[in-house]
This record gives sequence, C-alpha cells and structure tokens, in this order.
Amino acid sequence: MTSLILRTAARYLFPIIMLFSIYALLRGHNEPGGGFVGGLAAASAYILYALAYDVAAARHLLRIDSRTVIATGLIIALGSALVSVVLGQPFMTGTWGELAITSTYKLKLGTPLFFDIGVYLVVLGVTVTILFALSDQETEAR
Amino acid sequence: MNAWLIAPVALPLFAAILSLVLRTRIRAQRIVSVGANATALAIALALFNAVRTDGILVLQLGSWPAPFGITFVADLFSAIMLVLSGLMGLAVSVYGLATIDEARERHGYHLLFHVLMMGVNGAFLTGDLFNLYVWFEVMLMASFVLLSLGGERAQLEGSIKYVALNFLSSALFLAGVGILYGISGTLNMADLSLVLDQPAHHGIINMVSMLFLVAFGIKAALFPLFFWLPASYHTPPHPVSAIFAGLLTKVGVYALIRVFTLVFRQDVDFTHQIILILAAFTMVTGVLGAAAQMDMRRILSFHIVSQIGYMVMGLGLFTELALAGAVFYIMHHIIVKTNLFLVAGVVQRLSGSNELKKIGGVYRAAPWLAVLFLVPALSLAGIPPLSGFFAKLTLIVDALRGASWVMAAVALSVGLLTLFSMTKIWNEVFWKPAPEGTQTLPLAAIPLRERIALLLPIIVLATCTVGIGLGAGWMFDLAQQTAEQLLDPRDYVNAVLGVTEAP
Repeated sequence: MTSLILRTAARYLFPIIMLFSIYALLRGHNEPGGGFVGGLAAASAYILYALAYDVAAARHLLRIDSRTVIATGLIIALGSALVSVVLGQPFMTGTWGELAITSTYKLKLGTPLFFDIGVYLVVLGVTVTILFALSDQETEAR
Repeated sequence: MNAWLIAPVALPLFAAILSLVLRTRIRAQRIVSVGANATALAIALALFNAVRTDGILVLQLGSWPAPFGITFVADLFSAIMLVLSGLMGLAVSVYGLATIDEARERHGYHLLFHVLMMGVNGAFLTGDLFNLYVWFEVMLMASFVLLSLGGERAQLEGSIKYVALNFLSSALFLAGVGILYGISGTLNMADLSLVLDQPAHHGIINMVSMLFLVAFGIKAALFPLFFWLPASYHTPPHPVSAIFAGLLTKVGVYALIRVFTLVFRQDVDFTHQIILILAAFTMVTGVLGAAAQMDMRRILSFHIVSQIGYMVMGLGLFTELALAGAVFYIMHHIIVKTNLFLVAGVVQRLSGSNELKKIGGVYRAAPWLAVLFLVPALSLAGIPPLSGFFAKLTLIVDALRGASWVMAAVALSVGLLTLFSMTKIWNEVFWKPAPEGTQTLPLAAIPLRERIALLLPIIVLATCTVGIGLGAGWMFDLAQQTAEQLLDPRDYVNAVLGVTEAP
C-alpha cells in the first residue's frame, strides 16, 4: 500500500506515539499504565510505520533485531529482580535509591521501574517480532 | 540457603535469554545448554543437602509475607524432585548434542528446553496454587512448541491431541483455583490447609477437589484421560520424548500428591478412595495398551501410564508406608523411563526405526547397548535387586497390610505384564535377527564424539538405577522421611506462615 497521506502522517505520528508509550510506562508507577501497555503502544508505532512504508523500513527503524530487544528486556527485568538478592533480601524485593541531580532535586529510582522497563522492551520485542514475521509471510505469499 | 531457592528458576531463565542472544551461534548455545543444566543439578543437590540438614526452606518472593505474596518452599519432596529434574535435564541435554538436528536448534530448541526446565522447577518449588498454574502454563507452552518443532506430519497430529487435552486440563485447574479462592479467600497452600480444616464446608470442598483431581489427572495421564500421552510421545525427536516421558507427567503426579496431602485431606475416605480406584484402572489399561503396541516408543509410552498408576496408588492408600512407596517409585521411575527412551533413540540410530517388525539383531550388532537396555527394562518390571523391585515391594506390602487385596493383586499382575512387554521389546529388537533387507549398524558406526554424547547419559542413568537398588535402604529412609513430612504438614505450614511452634 502506498499512500502519501499515510506516509506523511506516519512520520509525524511515530515520535508522538513513542513519546506517549514512554509516558504510559512511567505513569504506570502509581496510576493506570505501565510496561505492558507502554510496550504495546510502542509496538503499534512500528506497525504503523510498517504499514505506511514496508516491513524492511520498519526493521531498519528499529536498528537492532527485534529478538535482541526481547533478550535485552528479559535481562533488565531479571537483573532488576536480582538486585535485592545481591543486597541480601528475597528475590524481587523492591529496592530504592536516590540519584542526586542537583543539591535540591533528587530522583528516586527503584527496581520496580527497571522491571517495568524490561516488560516494556519484552512486549515491544515480542509484538514486533510476531507482526514482522506475519507480514513477511504475506509478502512471500504474494 | 533460602535465597538460593530462586536459582532453579532464575538459572534456566538466564540460560534461555543467553540462547536468545546467541541464536545464530549453535555451538555456543550447546555449551550454554550443558553448562546451565550441570549448574542446575549442582544447585539442586546443594538445596537437597540443605533441606535434609536444616529442614524446610522458604523464600517469600518480593518480601511479601505469606499468605499474601508468592512463596517458594522446598521440603524434602520438592528437593528430591529438583534433583531428579536437574539430573534429567543434564542427561538429556548431553544426549541432545548428538541427536537434535541443526534446523531444530536454529529454531530455538535449546531456548525452549531451558524454558521447559524453568516451568518444571517452578512447579516443584511454588507454595501457591495460582502460581502453580502459572508454572504449569510455562511448562506447557514450551512443551507444545518442543513437541511440534520440526513440523513433521506425525508430530503435528500428536501435538493437536496433546494441546487440546492439556488446555482442557488447564481450564479445569483454573476453575478449581477460582472456586477455592471464593470459598477460602486464599491460595497459599499452607494457609489453605489451615482454612479448609474447619468443618464448615466439606461438600463443596469435595467437589473442588474433584476438579483438581481431573485437572492434574489429565496432566499426569491418569485413567480415563490418558490417551493424549501415547498419541503424542512417540512423535518428537528422542531427547524431547525422553524429557517429556521422564518429567512432565511426574509434575502432574507431584501436584496431585502435594494437593491431596496438604490441601484436600478432610474427607480421605471419599477422595482417596476415588484416587485408588483410578489408580487401579490406570495400571491395568496402561499395561494392556502396551501389550497391543508394536512400536518401541509407543510401548514405553503406554507403560508410563501404567506406572503412573503405581505412584497414584501410593497416594490413594494414604499411609506413611504407601506414600514412601510413591516417592520411591517416582525417584525410580523418572530415571528408568528417561533412560529407556534414550536407549530407544540409539536403537533408532542403529537400525533406522523403532517399529518392532522392521528391526532386529541389535544384540548382535551392539551387545553393550542391549545390557544398557536390560537394566532399566528389568527395573521397570520390578526384578530385584534393581530400583523398581523395592518401589513395587513397598507399595504391595502396604496394600496387603491394609487388606486391599484387589490393589495388591492388580499391582502384582501389572508387574508381570510389564515384564511381558519388556520381553517383547527384547525379543523383537535385540534378539531376533534383523529382518530381510534391513541392516543394523554396530555402535562403532557412530562417530566417537556423538557416541560418547549418546551413551554417557544412558550409562550414568543405568548406574543410578543400579545404585538405587543397591542403596535401597538409604533411599527408603529418605522416602520415609519425605512421607512423614507429607502426612504431617504442620512443619510445612509453620515454615511457610512463619509461625514458631508453641512449646
């Protein structure tokens, strides 16, 4: 499918959807949202791009293999769960630390956030892998 | 040692991620596979040792106290199962080096194998019913793909039956979990054991217990819902069959024993009587089914069914001796069954088939392989001094003590028929000359490195079988301690809920 309108729109929509997906990811800490929906939203951005252009272009946009994205996400999630084990607490215990940006502003970072980022990447990777594989088959069938 | 309880799950997950990263490098994946499984066995042995010396280990995941969070518990039974799954994982991953074709390896055989081991270990460790469901699903997802990986016609046909029945089982399991939560407001098994002890709602608990019996019964291949097993287990490559045959149905048996000793113990006369009757039918149908088969792996598959009957019979009799027999039987059976499937793989390699009518003369071509077959085969039939003899002996003695004459008679005659099946395999595969136009290669025809990968696991497992038989006293003590723990769940409950016993 080649539609100039869709292609132009996709170019502008892509960063917006990605930004929204990150917003959903971070919002998930206290409110509805989180890694799963965030990951799905991000995947939808790539799917839109793949529809407007083609799968190869969307793959190029992702830069790394979508299966590597899955592996990265899994490692981040597993790593975040293991932090507490290193500190001598049970597996997956939430662990928090503060990151001083300036003397007044401090960022409170915890392992649940990293776990969620892991989920985000896994969902993104899995969805994109499945849909790329499906559309590959479609092109082959043609 | 408590913190290490996560290792049997986290390690295979890590190995699976590594295989995903190394997806194009098959050699590296193989190294990861054997390395991870060896480490898993070492960890399982360390955990087992810790449980034996220090008692039950408990890990509250995420520091959420039981009964609100998910608890990992290792009592003796769990620890024994972990050691067995570690041993099988290692044996089969080494064996797989020589048998799994590269196409399957490229499509994620190693990754799936790690996920399967993760699911199995998780199911053995968890102390929460819903979490048990999750591990079952993890294990089943991996097994679905492993079973159909390769996409041969027979494989797909087997997979459809396997998937359909296991989904049904999962649905029943989930329904049971839901109802149980509705009644009791908790899914932590230790907590459930306390809550359900109140006599307020016996009727509905019996109903729910039957849902669990059917759900786990399907997974354990209990009569009358066992037919998916012989329809599917002979189709995938031999290492996959072997790990399925050794471990997967035993996860179902483990779940049955766990749930029916810890949670559903209010109305033993009703529930365990049903289990006992099912066990008898399972033994008989399995062994008769095997007698009619003419394919090595199909015969062995039907024997899984009949052997499951013995283990569940131990649960049904519900005495300390009987449960010890069941635990002993599981220890013996997992090793023997996996080994027989591994031998079947080598036979296939040498003579090109597993169909009894198409092959023969394996004894002449590879006499040592025949010896290696005889050890687990005779053990399966219960010939002393091999492991199966003591397992059967314990169960039958207990049946006679409890005056369950029928059960004792069934168990004895099924043992005899098992010997018949094993003799049939022996005669057709090993003893009779190779049929016209076929040729059976000697072991030397297999390249040396592959020969080592094929035979080493078989030799090790056969040694274990002989070892269990010779060290039966020690093993029996272990089984009896396990049975004591199972029959008196106070220690388990206290350990999980963090209660210290009142003086």
